[in-house]
Amino acid sequence: MARIAFERLAHGYPGSSAYALKPMDMVWEDAGAYALLGPSGCGKTTLLNIVSGLLRPREGRVLFDGQDVTALSTERRNVAQVFQFPVVYDTMTVRENLTFPLRNRGVPAAAARARVEHVAGLLGLSAMLDRRARNLGADDKQKISLGRGLVRDDVAAILFDEPLTVIDPHLKWELRSRLKELHRQVPVTMIYVTHDQTEALTFADRVVVMSEGEVVQVGTPEALFDRPAHSFVGHFIGSPGMNFLPCAVEGDTAILPGGYRVGLPRPYGRLAGRVELGIRPEFAAIARDGLPVTVRRVEDLGRRRIARVELDGVPFAATLPEGMAVPAEPRLALDPRRLHVYADGRLAEGEG
Amino acid sequence: MAKPLDNRAWFLVLPVVALVAFSALIPVMTVVNYSVQDSFGNNEFFWNGTGWFKELLDPSTDLGGRFFDALWRTLLFSGLCLLIEVPLGIGVALTLPRRGWGVAASLVLLALPLLIPWNVVGTIWQVFARRDIGLLGAAVNGLGIEYNYAQTPLAAWVAVVAMDVWHWTSLVVLLCYAGLRAIPDAYYQAAKVDGASSWAVFRAIQLPKMQRVLTIAILLRFMDSFMIYTEPFVVTGGGPGNATTFLSIDLVKIALGQFDLGKAAAMSIVYNLIVLTVCWVFFATTTRSQSEAVQ
Repeated sequence: MARIAFERLAHGYPGSSAYALKPMDMVWEDAGAYALLGPSGCGKTTLLNIVSGLLRPREGRVLFDGQDVTALSTERRNVAQVFQFPVVYDTMTVRENLTFPLRNRGVPAAAARARVEHVAGLLGLSAMLDRRARNLGADDKQKISLGRGLVRDDVAAILFDEPLTVIDPHLKWELRSRLKELHRQVPVTMIYVTHDQTEALTFADRVVVMSEGEVVQVGTPEALFDRPAHSFVGHFIGSPGMNFLPCAVEGDTAILPGGYRVGLPRPYGRLAGRVELGIRPEFAAIARDGLPVTVRRVEDLGRRRIARVELDGVPFAATLPEGMAVPAEPRLALDPRRLHVYADGRLAEGEG
Repeated sequence: MAKPLDNRAWFLVLPVVALVAFSALIPVMTVVNYSVQDSFGNNEFFWNGTGWFKELLDPSTDLGGRFFDALWRTLLFSGLCLLIEVPLGIGVALTLPRRGWGVAASLVLLALPLLIPWNVVGTIWQVFARRDIGLLGAAVNGLGIEYNYAQTPLAAWVAVVAMDVWHWTSLVVLLCYAGLRAIPDAYYQAAKVDGASSWAVFRAIQLPKMQRVLTIAILLRFMDSFMIYTEPFVVTGGGPGNATTFLSIDLVKIALGQFDLGKAAAMSIVYNLIVLTVCWVFFATTTRSQSEAVQ
């Protein structure tokens, strides 16, 4: 168990002066459940491998409980990692697989045995302890990978690198809830890398959203939804993502394309760069009053309906309230409390 | 649905049947034919039934004793080759670079001995191991160790085994290297995370993942060494005495040296059956262990 901190951490791959991971400072609290979320190539796996010690950062330090571990090898860091593709030792049984990390560290056989049985119980592997690991399904193999991390009671953190990629959809859900359950029972820092927002938002207490080697926001799932710090977060989280309308802001009024004026929840000072108004489709509804729009099409998502509309030529996604047919003269009603202003992609703080 | 039946289809396989007949069936039947007869030259043959086989399989007879001596020699040779080449091949494969220019360079270097014709390999070693002008032979003698493969059986064995190791270890290396390269990086990373020593990595990951290629390597090396002829024939000619007279060399001596076609034919049939049996046992055990693995 450990509190993990990064100080001016940055990384670039050899032969390239560009940063794969831009300089950053961050702290992950002990026993927290964190998710690193971002599209492929955003640097999340790089960051994970730096934590596990498989990769040595070009700049900065990694601290576990205040102790500098930057130069320490993976073996000496006491982290466990679950990989994208399940790794099991083919020739061994499930029990031998789970005992392997303990045996390598010279844990006495009796203690190891008790520990393995305890962890197998947690993971629901008890019934298959004496089976050959290679004949199991991908989900059980992933449980074994996870189990090899859990058996070490001194483990500082368990890292997951897109662990559900090769799992069948119906088992994904089961494994995901088991992970969450496990984190409640075993208070160990867990870090989960994924590009799937559902996985990240359901697993983590705090989500670290990354884009192009940069951490763009760290926050609870609610915070990411309610107040995206960056237009990237707005786009990436939510389905469909946040709407962004180019606009000009004067005090507490936004002037939209077509010259429409919208009242903002708070006044803003002078904003530099490209100014946009952001609002989630959940808080923009088709109504009889509001901004005139053209409805292009309606998507039925089962629980709700999304209207794809155009506001003076700018595409926009809005909610079509339940039971409502598309009006002859559709209008768009925006929830004023949910409006955010972005300057050059970053959330602008209002005044007051 | 009724299957269309047309016996004229047999004509389509005729070319293959003819080809196989000329390349395999007819020669084999000729050998079978010889094996039950005796010849005294002049193309005269006399019926001998199973006489040659009885004699061959009875170690107390001249022919039988000679056959079993050669058989044990060949088995010992194959065993030595496997014992040296397989561990050495694995060891070399483990030390080969995994990326960079070194990969191509070492693969080319390793492939070189495999590309050299057998009799050239024999000639190279025949010269290389000579005590008077050979680099190896002269050097060993220079160190004060008496070494002459033309005189002492042990020296002759050292020469032929060393030659086989030189010639064929590369094959084991290349096969093992292919097996090693197929292991995803995640396995090594997981082993690091699990705190595995390099020996544990070898036992838990590398060796199991190389199992298939090793099976093939062992089978190929056993068959090749069990049927070896050209290289020892060039280097030692089977000598000194009969010290390196392997089955194939003895067979040629009987067939072409003494022109005992009947004895040689019987011997080659038994030789062939041994090879087939070993192949079959090997194949059966490996496919069974693999199907167990899949279940």
